[in-house]
Amino acid sequence: MTTVPGHPGPPLWLLLELTYQCPLHCVFCYNPTDFARTGPELATEDWLRVLHEARALGSVQLGLSGGEPLSRPDLEVIVAEAHKLGYYINLITSGVGLTEARIQALKQAGLDHIQLSFQDSTREMNDFLSSTRTFELKSKVAALIKRYEYPMVLNVVLHRLNIDHVEQILEMAEAMQAEYVELANTQYYGWAFQNRERLLPSRAQLKHAEEVTRRYRERPLQKMKIFFVVPDYFENRPKPCMNGLGSVFLTVTPDGTALPCHAARMLPGLTFPNVRESTVKWIWRDSPGFNHYRGDAWMKEPCRSCPEKSRDFGGCRCQAYLLTGDPANTDPVCDLSPHHHLVTEVVAKADQVRPVGSASRLLTGNAAVEKPLIFRDRRNSLALSER
Amino acid sequence: MSALSTDSKPSLGRGFRLQWEPAQNAHVLLYPEGMVKLNGSAGEILRRCDGNRTIADIVTDLETAFDASGLTGDVCAFVSIALEKRWLEIHS
Repeated sequence: MTTVPGHPGPPLWLLLELTYQCPLHCVFCYNPTDFARTGPELATEDWLRVLHEARALGSVQLGLSGGEPLSRPDLEVIVAEAHKLGYYINLITSGVGLTEARIQALKQAGLDHIQLSFQDSTREMNDFLSSTRTFELKSKVAALIKRYEYPMVLNVVLHRLNIDHVEQILEMAEAMQAEYVELANTQYYGWAFQNRERLLPSRAQLKHAEEVTRRYRERPLQKMKIFFVVPDYFENRPKPCMNGLGSVFLTVTPDGTALPCHAARMLPGLTFPNVRESTVKWIWRDSPGFNHYRGDAWMKEPCRSCPEKSRDFGGCRCQAYLLTGDPANTDPVCDLSPHHHLVTEVVAKADQVRPVGSASRLLTGNAAVEKPLIFRDRRNSLALSER
Repeated sequence: MSALSTDSKPSLGRGFRLQWEPAQNAHVLLYPEGMVKLNGSAGEILRRCDGNRTIADIVTDLETAFDASGLTGDVCAFVSIALEKRWLEIHS
């Protein structure tokens, strides 16, 4: 079902990116590379107003993310208000800053669930990929999450440098008693797009990881629910991104800009509204930014006449823009797209590169000859977005 | 997990929450990063699964409320699926 402009269903999923501050510097972060140039963060009362207005429209699943949401000292206040309003509240965190005092306060405030990110099963790779020393701290936080009886989703973003460790990652998750594990292959936006050549796995790596995951699922007494998110570059049809823009998903970024997906700020020719100036109701129902990609009037061929358009909505607008320069084009992941070669060429190149075995080799040998990884930090953000 | 009988007392799985959503005109089941919109009968069964009532109690209650009979099979079938999906748990 496509959403008709002006008559959307409720924004069931509300994601509040409370801050772009983050103690980690992950090379696969989807945050915009120009985050250091965005305006000041919303105040507590702005976030509370957004919670009220969105709940009145029917928002019910709430994600609190960032950056690192624990960087906001008012996180507990925001959680308490959200709980009072009837949201199911998911905290999406690196775990850095999650002390026992805070985890207790968040429990009291009504937090429902914690998604903890890990970069890898090894200290060496975890710390290298996030450009910090956090592995042991994260392990302690995982134990704390269990002690306070939260359901735990362990999220590990997969890519060329850690995908060969899937078995160890799953064993680590089981040892930590995670209820759910998300093996989420990197999606190439933001910082991940900058680092794409170094992060995209080979087909052989991907196949191996899928096989290991399948075998692990079949282990007796294995109770974790394991999600394996395939990197869309290896598919022939695009993902139904956000179930169509403006259909169920609403993001509010740290400076108050409202977006129909995490990455949509990059889309050219659109002005996205800000919760400082407009109500959530107007933003969701009437703003041109949210209505533009509703329905299918914006579509070009081959999507426009394609019978599958109501299933995948033409794929991802941001990916179409990043790879072809026009966000109204078919997502080039689709093999019906005239630009599909832009994806297959990158995948073919990844197949030729020898997989990198360990972080120490990365830190020494290869790093000198290959394009260096760009870590997500303020300095790099300013450099990448120089005007 | 113990075998399902009419004496079993199902309750919502840990981390799951059931609530009525006016905007969707339905009961929904909420869980980490997910939501299921329930049809009428699923909502009516799940909201009676409080860990105190047995399946037999739930069936009697539903048969009275909806002026129906012979619901045991349907309720057991739904509870089995819900246990598999971890929407429900049974503590013996």
